[in-house]
Amino acid sequence: MEKAILLAASAIGAGIAVLGGIGTGAGQGYAAGKAAEATGRQPEAQGVILKTMIVGAAVAETSAIYGLFIALMLLLFNPLLSLL
Amino acid sequence: MDSMSMTGPKIIFEIPILGGITVTETIVNFWWIILGVLVLSKILTHKMEKIPRKKTQIIAEKIVMTIDNLVIETMGERCKQFVPYILALFTSSILGTLVSLLGMRSVTADINTTASWAIITFCMIHYNGVKHKGLGHVKSLAEPMAFMFPLNLISELTLPFSLALRHFGNVIGGTILMSIIYAALSSATMAVFNIGIPFLQIGIPAIMSLYFDLFSGAIQAFIFCMLTMVFVSNAVEE
Repeated sequence: MEKAILLAASAIGAGIAVLGGIGTGAGQGYAAGKAAEATGRQPEAQGVILKTMIVGAAVAETSAIYGLFIALMLLLFNPLLSLL
Repeated sequence: MDSMSMTGPKIIFEIPILGGITVTETIVNFWWIILGVLVLSKILTHKMEKIPRKKTQIIAEKIVMTIDNLVIETMGERCKQFVPYILALFTSSILGTLVSLLGMRSVTADINTTASWAIITFCMIHYNGVKHKGLGHVKSLAEPMAFMFPLNLISELTLPFSLALRHFGNVIGGTILMSIIYAALSSATMAVFNIGIPFLQIGIPAIMSLYFDLFSGAIQAFIFCMLTMVFVSNAVEE
């Protein structure tokens, strides 16, 4: 019974953890939109803008990756199971 | 759903010193990559001439010059000594992800690989910072105000974690999604056509693999190098 509750809670927790992707999605979309704007204004600087945008988007992605990592940890090698 | 089990890298053998050092699939695959890069660079730089006439030398020069230009563009002319490190990092990162196309396990789908690269980068940032700025490097943590010191310290210490987890998370996410797609296609063939041969697995995963392996791998390799360059040049800058 305890194990069932723990597993259910882990599954729900994993689901909540990946919700961190919401903010990342919004942030990356904003970055891409701004990059499109900048390219429209200065088409000759496209290479630099693309590079800057990709690096910025990658940094913004970190929080989503943390969430994904927590979710994977709960689903694949649950550290809480050994506490029972 | 036996085809969907996700496991860590398999242990190939164990070196019986210091309480047993396990040699995993990741390490063995990386040996293959090292061998491949060694052979490739030997072939490309075979009998070099001052004015290149052979295709191999032109390819080699093109690769080196691309990274040269990238490093000089982002870090400035005086950071040219970092070119070999960046090129090595880029090569091992991109090949480490792309070995999954040969059916081997991605080297970067193991947190130990990316963590070791991140630790090397972390040590390099602070070694070069102290070398170029001396105590000023430590003092720069206390800017703009002295009470910011603990916060800046934490943000410095989380840098290797974020570097390692970003690359690892992207690659492992792609790997898991690909295995889910394979398993789904296999059960779809079973359900729709009732044939034991999962022929839907032909072709469709290749398109997905284009994004999850090729694109994602290349972008992550680029980003890892780019962030390394940015942080090191920030530390070196007066």
